[in-house]
Amino acid sequence: MRHLLSVADLDAAAATGLLDTADRLKQALLGREVRKLPTLRGRTVVTLFYEDSTRTRVSFEIAGKWMSADTINVSAKGSSVSKGESLRDTSRTLSSMGADCVIVRHPASGAAHRIAGWADRDAGTTGTSTSVVNAGDGTHEHPTQALLDAATLRERLGSVAGRRIGIVGDVLHSRVARSNVLLLATLGAEVVLIAPPTLLPVGVREWPCRVSHELDAELPALDAVMMLRVQAERMHGGFFPSAREYAVGYGLSEARQALLPENAPVLHPGPMVRGMEIAPAVADSPSSAVLAQVRNGVHVRMAVLYHLLAGAPE
Amino acid sequence: MATARRGDAEGAQPPVRELLSAADVTRTIARIAHQIIEKTAFGPANAEDLVLLGIPTRGAILARRLAAAITEFSGAAPAVGSVDATLYRDDLRRRPARALEDTAVPEGGVDDKLVVLVDDVLMSGRTTRAALDALRDEGRPRAVQLAVLVDRGHRELPIRADYVGKNVPTARAEAIHVLLAEHDGRDAVQIARAPGEERPVVGDTEFTEGADPA
Repeated sequence: MRHLLSVADLDAAAATGLLDTADRLKQALLGREVRKLPTLRGRTVVTLFYEDSTRTRVSFEIAGKWMSADTINVSAKGSSVSKGESLRDTSRTLSSMGADCVIVRHPASGAAHRIAGWADRDAGTTGTSTSVVNAGDGTHEHPTQALLDAATLRERLGSVAGRRIGIVGDVLHSRVARSNVLLLATLGAEVVLIAPPTLLPVGVREWPCRVSHELDAELPALDAVMMLRVQAERMHGGFFPSAREYAVGYGLSEARQALLPENAPVLHPGPMVRGMEIAPAVADSPSSAVLAQVRNGVHVRMAVLYHLLAGAPE
Repeated sequence: MATARRGDAEGAQPPVRELLSAADVTRTIARIAHQIIEKTAFGPANAEDLVLLGIPTRGAILARRLAAAITEFSGAAPAVGSVDATLYRDDLRRRPARALEDTAVPEGGVDDKLVVLVDDVLMSGRTTRAALDALRDEGRPRAVQLAVLVDRGHRELPIRADYVGKNVPTARAEAIHVLLAEHDGRDAVQIARAPGEERPVVGDTEFTEGADPA
């Protein structure tokens, strides 16, 4: 594995391998006074974020630091990007400075692919070798989020294969949903997308999942449910009449949670908009896996860095 | 597992030879258990003091068997667990990223305990060094000792075992295979001649050829 750009690049064995590594890393650090592994000593990891983020950026930074990599954070605000530097020039600059891994978040779908392409071309001529990790590109993919969701589901349900997982809400603008559908299907789960027709992307019928518009009808048969954030910042039109109407139709209220099988985990990629897609009482209930997702995120990202950077260069 | 290799021109030796039978393995583990009890003066009075940590995969199995034997002979049960040294290896960059194994440090931790590291084969000593480094991040044992089923020589670091099941002089090109019922279906220790093989693979313990064998 040289880059992690899309979960479509992972087959079941590769994905399971990453999840197993994440479990082992979690186990290795459990109860330790010194949460530091020497594995990536001397490796440099740069996070390049063109969009705001709390958990993903911090999670990658912690993951790198716990494995002794040097981590550096670059955000579009406060860098040469605000002087008009292109994505290509910025990313090639970072590679040339010796970044072994660039973790990129960008509002344009496909940005990580482009950077990986430039990195591979430069590798041929300059001998630098830079791995690229997609930390979210537009409405396309967010592979490490899908991996940490799968890790959390595996932890809570024992296995992912054969389970029925509902993904609810703003699928149209959600890279999390796309990555999750692909990864969960690869791992053998049955995925149901539940959303109003206006918030489903064109071509969703070709995804490896079932589509429904009736949340209440689906809840009793789900093993777990994943609520998506309503991405107001990407909405420039009337996708639904009002926030209140959305919450009534597709928000996970306490009454709706009662329709789920007992102890069925509720996931949310964060940041949560309480009262919109998820009721505060549900978000704080024992079934809520939100904080477990965040915890697992660090170990999953350690696993990704381990697989990309620890072994011999390909 | 070693596949049978073509016999060489002399045909004098079979390519895979058994060094220890199943009964020998059992006897050897029992002997090491007795030695550990004697050397550490282990018994019900200081049962809390001893921690056996196996290096996966087969070292972890051996640690569990040793713990069972020690319990049987001394009447006190030592703590037993495993410590994966992969993340501390010095040869990670030499091959594709490898899968990690179980790390399970017993509840009481290792602080101020006598830790006996257990592995199947001792060769270069690099795995032991990695395990020592891993152990340092787990805590501060009172002392650390090393028990191995087979010592085959070719040390590349100043490391020696406190308990050795069997010393086996080997050539670098030869491979030692430790088979344990829990993992391989039966117990045995075998030696395989591996002509032309540059990197002998020994049980689960993989070794890097020393940069210069001088």
